[in-house]
Amino acid sequence: MQIKKSTKWFIIPLLTLIAVVTFISGCGDGSTDTTTPANGTELSGSFNIVGSNTVTPLTTVWAEEFTNMHPKVSIAVSGPGSGVGIAALINSTTDICQASRTIRPTEIDQAKANGVEPYEVQVATDALLVVVNPANLVSELTIAQLSAIYTGEITNWKEVGGNDAPIVAIARDTNSGTHVFFKEHVVQMLGLPTEDKSLEYGSKILLLPSTGEGVSEVAKNPNAIFYPGLGYLIDEVKPLAIKRTADDAGVLPSVATALDGTYPIARPLLYYTNGEPTGIIKAFIDYCLSAEGQAKVTEVGYVPLK
Amino acid sequence: MGERFIEGWIYLAGLLTIVVLLGIIILLLKEGLPIFFDTPPWEFFFGTHWYPVSEPPTFGIMPFFVATLWVTIVATAISVPIGIACAAYLSEVAPDKLRETVKPVIELLAGFPSVVMGFIGLILLSPLVQSAFNLPTGLSGLTAGIMLAFMSLPIIISVSEDALRAVPDEFRQASYALGATKWETIWHVCIPGALSGITAAVMLGVGRAIGETMTVLMVAGGALAVPVSPTEPMMPMTAAIASGIGNAVRGGLQYQALFAIGLILFVLTLFVNLVADRVLERQKRKFQR
Repeated sequence: MQIKKSTKWFIIPLLTLIAVVTFISGCGDGSTDTTTPANGTELSGSFNIVGSNTVTPLTTVWAEEFTNMHPKVSIAVSGPGSGVGIAALINSTTDICQASRTIRPTEIDQAKANGVEPYEVQVATDALLVVVNPANLVSELTIAQLSAIYTGEITNWKEVGGNDAPIVAIARDTNSGTHVFFKEHVVQMLGLPTEDKSLEYGSKILLLPSTGEGVSEVAKNPNAIFYPGLGYLIDEVKPLAIKRTADDAGVLPSVATALDGTYPIARPLLYYTNGEPTGIIKAFIDYCLSAEGQAKVTEVGYVPLK
Repeated sequence: MGERFIEGWIYLAGLLTIVVLLGIIILLLKEGLPIFFDTPPWEFFFGTHWYPVSEPPTFGIMPFFVATLWVTIVATAISVPIGIACAAYLSEVAPDKLRETVKPVIELLAGFPSVVMGFIGLILLSPLVQSAFNLPTGLSGLTAGIMLAFMSLPIIISVSEDALRAVPDEFRQASYALGATKWETIWHVCIPGALSGITAAVMLGVGRAIGETMTVLMVAGGALAVPVSPTEPMMPMTAAIASGIGNAVRGGLQYQALFAIGLILFVLTLFVNLVADRVLERQKRKFQR
């Protein structure tokens, strides 16, 4: 009896361990792929990319692929924020600045005063959908209404033309760059006359650990609203048309409306260099803009250029 | 020589666990305590606003603490009656053969990865909870508590069953001799006799519920308001750490605040486990005469 019991207690942790190890190794399998090195002249050297947190996932994938193809190239990527990236460009402490906003005229002046000529390349486009359950009567919202929903000021769908039902507003957690982008551009209404930097997400907002979970909650909950990237659109959720202000027409999100700039919650993702890029930096940006590089854009969940 | 070598290894292995434990405690203290220079303990514990990425940041962990409390209460309220009833059935009523098949299966439940339990809660339980209680969303402390109840059941059943079986058979025989029925024997003799063991089982289950992370992160909803009822979305302490640590700058204020939450969790579970240990020890001594 005593012996039997002790073996049993040994087996359970063992089974757990096996389960966990299997799970972890299962997760890891996808990332270990070996790309064959490209032909031609061998590139070597190193450079760094500093800037937007939002662009970082995409840049990281490109940097990984590029260094797989050219093993002698090393790229350091960091994402403290677009502002930091642009400051680094002005101070010549970075080779490429990745930014999710365009450089301001005052910053161009500062750069020129420091002998830096900012050169802009758009590498991808980012669009955020606002999705609700298909059973929801609401089909379009203004940015101001979205802001009021996410600050917790509007809590019932009937206030924006829907059924008399509570709004379950879902956001990503603070780990996510999208959390901050949505806060700045929608909650705080950046660039609109009603812009208010003091607005924060309301305390009743659900903060979920993944975009997929948010989408699946919207798919089964008629009261929910969430903002995934374009790549997460499935048939079980309904994207809303977004109106910049109450007077503007609602625009449905699509690759086309994201590209022509009519969809309000879309923006270019940019690289800035000092003057026209040359050498390995040019090779890297050319790779980003190539069909192969742009294919990665869709994989990471952004809108490719073409 | 061989014997010496093996003894040495075992000694080292034992020492290692102590070193690791001390290391964890020191790390938690070193990284977590500095937050109290910035946010006084009073504001940290009783503050109701958690805005770590705003300027200036605010760190109040009341919402997380209350959420952990709600989730643990729900989990305990469900798992304790079911767990003890199941243990009493297995130890006092079920035939030996049944017990020997059922108990390992129940213990196997403990081995389910918590992500899997999270998925089950997300896909199966949350729509049920939403429609049953007519809630705006099924992602709530209640859903998380129910899932945690399932996760702490195996511990509660297994340890209580051991405690019940440790009650000497003479007690039961004496009870029957006095004309007590089976139910009266279980209720008035076996359960009181094994009470300290059952208490320990409950404490271990509670400890599990407090410390569980992945499941609550996935199904509790993650709202930052102080929850006034378990049916609201909420973010328990473990989930707050998991969802914040990714973008916390090492050594920054948010990083320190998250470590301080970790420290509180550690103290809580340590306390619960110590109580359980004490009580179990007493149970052992009780029947050792």
